[in-house]
Formats: sequence, structure tokens, C-alpha cells
Amino acid sequence: MDIQQAKFQYLLRLGDSSLIIGHRLSEWCGHGPILEEDIALINIALDFVGNATSILAYAGKVEGKGRSEDDLAYLRDEREYRNLLITEQLNGDFATTIARQFIFDTYMYFLYEELKNSKDETIAAIAQKSHKEITYHLRHTTQWMFRLGDGTTESHERLQNGLNDLWMFTSEMFEMDEIDALLISEGIAPDLSIIKANWEKRVNEVIAEATLQIPTTLFKQKGSREGKHSEHLGFLLAEMQYVHRAFPNATW
Amino acid sequence: MSNDSQWPVWEVFLQGNPGIPHKHVGNVHATDAEMAIQNARDVYTRRSEGISIWVVPANAISASSPEDQGAFFEPSNDKPYRHPTFYKIPEGVKYL
Repeated sequence: MDIQQAKFQYLLRLGDSSLIIGHRLSEWCGHGPILEEDIALINIALDFVGNATSILAYAGKVEGKGRSEDDLAYLRDEREYRNLLITEQLNGDFATTIARQFIFDTYMYFLYEELKNSKDETIAAIAQKSHKEITYHLRHTTQWMFRLGDGTTESHERLQNGLNDLWMFTSEMFEMDEIDALLISEGIAPDLSIIKANWEKRVNEVIAEATLQIPTTLFKQKGSREGKHSEHLGFLLAEMQYVHRAFPNATW
Repeated sequence: MSNDSQWPVWEVFLQGNPGIPHKHVGNVHATDAEMAIQNARDVYTRRSEGISIWVVPANAISASSPEDQGAFFEPSNDKPYRHPTFYKIPEGVKYL
């Protein structure tokens, strides 16, 4: 695999994760617990989709086959998607959504902090812009971790259940393969073991302060690197891609 | 209000540019000050409206009542000499 192919695959991983979690979060639109939180969640969802747009547009350029960000988003099937499994998991109740967002926001925060130093100028520029947004996302979800975790018996239980259910998807976030190795050696991508150390430290601190427990789940679910997804992604893509596929090249 | 199931109301003030006063723009519901600031940020600053946010619990604000209008404000209607319209504004003063 040459550098260009590796970079294309790496960009799909980044862009697809943002796109899928952004789309998933957008399902809260009109269903938020209060109007203000509804707007907050959708702002965050839009940030993710905006980030995905930049990354997938660049992915299309790197691939060099004339595919746009829309082609990549709307015309690939489930097995061609490279998003992390945690990003496609169902919203569940509000606490479960907060658990998922907190796990992923913390990951993205430390990952993009490193990507700002990427030797690829476009990746570094996108990371520079996105890191400000992510800083806010993390602040927002961290506050909810404290409120729900250290809140009522019910909010505490629901958040703990959310963390327990999602924990098996966390180890996959730090897996590295030959694509990572190649890009790390070129200074384009960061070593995920650094991200993992930072992530664990922060997550442990917040979980402790929120009076929650680190889940003891030992089972580790993986597969997104090979395009093997949970049963939820297909349904998400069906909804997300329907209009584009029903009316190809429609504009308004 | 005792049967109100909503979270407390916070009044939101935004500063548009450095040096000018914070202006009231509306209100949000929130359980604490940090949440009020975040909600204000998400509801009122999506289009670059501000660079600073103040939030104040709505019940901390004391207001004049509509009946006071006559006694409070009308006496100044016939006192135009109180307006600073007879001064020249120095060049370079933007937000006076």
C-alpha cells in the first residue's frame, strides 16, 4: 500500500466517524429533553457533519478518482464505511447518548490535538479548526456526565447503564494497523497509544468525579477497520442516503 | 409559578464587540450557571453575535412596574436640555 492509498483510508476513518456520529446525534432534533439542549445537540451534530464534509472532500482529492464528499457520503455501502463502531450505536435514552458522546468527544479531543501537528498541511488545518469545536463539545458532555452521574438515583443508574453498554466499543478506537504505522512514520498521523493514555486518564477522572464506576466489561467488539459493522449502520445509511439515491444530483 | 415544571429562567446578556455594554437578548432555562452560559451560547451566538456572555437568574432582577411609567419617565419628556446634543463628538469615538 502506498502513502496515497493509506492516507485515503485514514481520511475515511476520520471523516466517516464524524459523519456517522453527527447523523446519529441529529436524530435528537425535535426530541431533546428541553428546547435549549435540543438546539445544543443539533449544533454539535452540525459541527460533526461540517468536519466530515472537509475531511471527505479532501479524501476525494487524495483518492484522485473525481469523487466528491457527497459521492463518498451518499454512494458507499455499509461495508465500505470505516467509522468506529461506537459512532453508529443507537441514541437510547438521553444518558446513553451523553455516555457515547463523552467517550467519543474525549477521544476526538486528544486525537485532533495531535492531528494539529500533522505534516499533512490540509489535515493540520482541518484539525486546527475542528479542535475549537471539539473543545466545546467535550465541555458540554462532561458537564452532563457530572450532572447525571452525580444527580438522582435514576440519572446515575441510566448513565452507568449507558457506559456499561458502550464500553465494549472503546478498545477499537485505539487499534492500529499497517495504515497507521505507515502514516505515523511519515508524521501524518499520531500514535494512538498516546491518545489512549490521555483518554484513559481523562475518562477515569470524570467518571470518578461523577461518582460512576469504570465498566468491567472484558468483551471487545471490533471490525470497523474492515468495514464490519453492527446491525445499526445499515438502517442509518438507508435513511441518510435515501433522498440522494432516489433523486440523484438533485439540487435546491 | 410554584407548579412550573420548567427549569429556572436565566436572562442572557451579550457583548457584541470589545468596549460596548452587554445587551439583553433573551432568556434560557438552565439548572445552573454553567448550563445557562452554554445554553445561551448555543441559542444566541450561533451567528457570531457576541464575544462575551452574562447570565443572571431571572428572579434576581428587580423591575419597575408599568404603573410607574408616568411618575418615573414622563417628567423628563419636556427637558431637552438634558440631551447631550449640544456637544461635538470627537473623531474616532465609535460607540458613544
